[in-house]
Amino acid sequence: MFKEYLSVTAVSGPLLLAEHIEEVKYGELVEIELENKEIRRGQVLEVSGDKALIQIFEGSTGINLTGSRVRFSGKSIEIGVSMDMLSRVFNGLGEPIDNGPKILPEKKIDINGSPINPYARDFPQEFIQTGISSIDGMNTLVRGQKLPIFSGSGLPHARIAAQIARQAKVLGKEEEFAVVFGAMGITFEEANFFIEDFKKTGAIDRAVLFINLASDPPIERIATPRVVLSTAEYLAFEKDKHVLVILTDMTNYCEALREVSAARKEVPGRRGYPGYLYTDLASIYERAGRIQGKKGSITQIPILTMPEDDKTHPVPDLTGYITEGQILLSRALHQKNIYPPIDVLPSLSRLKQKGIGRGRTREDHADVTNQLFAAYARGKEAKELAVILGDAALSDIDKQFSKFADEYENKFLAQGEYTNRTIEETLNIGWELLKILPRSELKRVKEEQIKTYMDK
Amino acid sequence: MIKGQIVKIAGPLVVAENMAGVSMYNVVKVSKFGLVGEVIELKQDKVSIQVYEETIGIGRGEPVEDTGVPLSIELGPGLLESIFDGIQRPLDVIKQKTGNYITRGVSVPALNRDKKWAFEPLAKKGDKVSPGDKLGVVQETVLIKHYIMVPNDIEGELIELAVKGNYTITELIAKIKTTEGVQEITMLRKWPVRKMRPYIEKMAPKELLSSGQRVIDTFFPVTKGGTACIPGPFGSGKTVVQQQLAKWADADVVIYIGCGERGNEITDVLLEFPELKDPKSGEPLMKRTVLVANTSNMPVAAREASIYTGVTMAEYYRDMGYNVALMADSTSRWAEALREISGRMEEMPGEEGYPAYLASRIAGFYERAGQVVCLASKEKRIGSISIIGAVSPPGGDLSDPVVQATLRIVKVFWGLEDKLAYRRHFPAINWLRSYSLYLENIEEYLKTVAPEISSLRSKSMRILQEEAELEEIVRLVGVDALSDHDKLTMETAKSIREDFLHQNAFDMQDTYTSLKKQYNMLKLIISFHERSLKCLENKISTKEIFNLPVRDKIAKSKFIPEDQMIAFDYLENEMSQVFEKLFAHHTEKK
Repeated sequence: MFKEYLSVTAVSGPLLLAEHIEEVKYGELVEIELENKEIRRGQVLEVSGDKALIQIFEGSTGINLTGSRVRFSGKSIEIGVSMDMLSRVFNGLGEPIDNGPKILPEKKIDINGSPINPYARDFPQEFIQTGISSIDGMNTLVRGQKLPIFSGSGLPHARIAAQIARQAKVLGKEEEFAVVFGAMGITFEEANFFIEDFKKTGAIDRAVLFINLASDPPIERIATPRVVLSTAEYLAFEKDKHVLVILTDMTNYCEALREVSAARKEVPGRRGYPGYLYTDLASIYERAGRIQGKKGSITQIPILTMPEDDKTHPVPDLTGYITEGQILLSRALHQKNIYPPIDVLPSLSRLKQKGIGRGRTREDHADVTNQLFAAYARGKEAKELAVILGDAALSDIDKQFSKFADEYENKFLAQGEYTNRTIEETLNIGWELLKILPRSELKRVKEEQIKTYMDK
Repeated sequence: MIKGQIVKIAGPLVVAENMAGVSMYNVVKVSKFGLVGEVIELKQDKVSIQVYEETIGIGRGEPVEDTGVPLSIELGPGLLESIFDGIQRPLDVIKQKTGNYITRGVSVPALNRDKKWAFEPLAKKGDKVSPGDKLGVVQETVLIKHYIMVPNDIEGELIELAVKGNYTITELIAKIKTTEGVQEITMLRKWPVRKMRPYIEKMAPKELLSSGQRVIDTFFPVTKGGTACIPGPFGSGKTVVQQQLAKWADADVVIYIGCGERGNEITDVLLEFPELKDPKSGEPLMKRTVLVANTSNMPVAAREASIYTGVTMAEYYRDMGYNVALMADSTSRWAEALREISGRMEEMPGEEGYPAYLASRIAGFYERAGQVVCLASKEKRIGSISIIGAVSPPGGDLSDPVVQATLRIVKVFWGLEDKLAYRRHFPAINWLRSYSLYLENIEEYLKTVAPEISSLRSKSMRILQEEAELEEIVRLVGVDALSDHDKLTMETAKSIREDFLHQNAFDMQDTYTSLKKQYNMLKLIISFHERSLKCLENKISTKEIFNLPVRDKIAKSKFIPEDQMIAFDYLENEMSQVFEKLFAHHTEKK
């Protein structure tokens, strides 16, 4: 039996202070029973003398100082996992909300996880074909990578994430990804879009969804990604599944963290976010990858909206320092009605090098990608110049590059939401477009490749 | 031993009472799990402790025990080819012990106690020995002879020395009679990480630390014993540059510290380094490398310690007379660890929440670099440490306190730029903003390897500088408005950028370029430029010059193999013939 305390002495925002506590452990799970017998959950944030500072996941509304009982569970927050979780919908703390039966857990795991020993990791290098040219061709995703989508409000990140979840597969293998989906503070409509899309395509059978809506308690969001990743780790490293984790929207998560930090009166870092935001985000993003000797893997696609499309805002900035690249969406492309509006130049996949080339995609992949990057960059520069000086001021070569940039956007980047291009198709489109340019300008591809792929 | 109880837990910071008598920076064992912690503040009988392991689940009243010693690491044969965490626990052994995840409270010795090393004595009985003198040698890996030296506080007469044979690091190999009695010596040493290892004197660094990276060696070189920093926003290629240096720098020993960075990057190094061959010796690079890995999701306090763990190892090999290169990726994460602990201690913050002592800590770290005369009484032994630190400023903003504090102390600045990275110009080192203050130091040294390289460098820099100014004009009035002379400058600058500065780290041929080849490549480009200038004087049009097919060959000169340097002479010849023809053709027309 655990001792119950009636000694709540202060409540402030999402925080509760209990005193005269005899035994309490840092980080343990706490139950708070309100006067009306409602039970809420919390976590010990700080122990100081006989005081315990607790963050309440479901919010502090209705808690009073006289009638609330606090019980310390003696253990950290856990989630019960089992294979029955597939095709089910849960709230942000892992309780079923789809009117289905309770999950009989096969085992319980601490949602905080433990860091993977870098020595035990296996390097991610299996190419994932998403069917989207701007990802497969230019910023290739590999199994075990964490590749976020940097978006802005109003941009179609949800549709892109759903398309990836629908189409992702590893070349030569029929096996599909299991999807673990975590929603943090998104709207009902957006969450519903994913659920419906998963249902429509049958992906729901291999998906587990954790939904914390905008109207749900913000502090609950702090637990959500950890619940998601604990489930993913179970599926990947104990049940040999290849798991695709989608987390949306990380900006909301960070704001919940900021709320707690502000309530604790901590010294704020940039834009009021706590100084440990980097470490905290790392404890989420680093829970991806492959482990030697394990069949399964975790590939993460976190989504975040950049306030004012500002890439230097602390959330995208710190994310970019942890993740293995980023897919950046561009408002300008979106307004040109190009879907998916992925701005390939500032986008990056750090693990691309190992996932492409002979035996993985095609031997010309790296070179043709470099050539497309260089040509598109030059074409865009030429177009900028043309804006100032007019088309007439461009040299002949620059005009060709400018034309290339337009064609590249229209034929290579743009594709339908249900278009699933193979990597060969993607690369062939690339070669086709390079025909616009004079041969002498194709410095990044080899002569033999031109012969094999362009002149055929 | 002093024993107290926990009264406060806030993340990595724990406060314990009844600890009177404990010294600052002593290591303590925290809670019933026996977590490693370090005392960072004393207040009457209370002490603040930064804990190097996860603190979730520890409670008030649990014990804290003083170990009586400051945070120290083990030094001896077996460091090379190993991978340690921030407080020198071997990650491979931890994996055997606890599986794929790092659990806490694991206690394993840093160096293997059972392995026998072939020891060969280098001194003899009766020798008078002082700190740093060589007692013997162990072939640690095929590349590195590990010298067993007299410990730093022992001086006297060698009264016993092991004969040639196999010993573990804890077996007795020598006895030294000192004024305070007989000291027994093994191959294992311990050293507190926060204390600089002593040397006789520091010297001004004069030798280039060649890296095989063209933009670095030719334009912004660093010396053996020098310091450099690489600030840049994410995605600009800091880690690739660091890894390239770890691979190709002509140091004897490389210490690579992954400080608060990605787990997969460490795995990459772990899988790749045993495969890659050192260009000098042909042996796997791992044979000269020590990895210190504290990834971003590992405990934050150990991240703070990892930098010191790494630099202490570097000093140990320096003391044997080696040139050591230390890469720290990224010092910003280390500074953030400092900030986090400082915040939890409720210290008054300085800039951006960083503690007021940030700059002095950074300076203290980089100052442990340098070329020195090592401790030794019988020879003049010279060793060096070069430190190359990556910095990750928020949003790539160089006014960040960590960047600014670093720039005040380091001598080389490689400014990475995301704009270059977007254009896939790698390494994305901005040639106009970066600098090296070692250019004069190594002038003499360069004369022996690649004479004239300094003058080629300044010619190229001038062209690049002019290009930047001309670009402004082009942006306003278009390229046609430029004079022929300026057009040539633009073309040559482009050639310097694309054919010389741009280097593909992932291409087998291009990843490493010797200084000699760098010199040859740049000479071709400048020589073409100068010949073209002469053409312009003779009213030959730029179009004719730019259409010369030999330009293509210059662009591809990066693919000339290192062992066929003669090809550059052929190319030079070809170029001079081509130009002669052009002249001849032109005079004919007249």
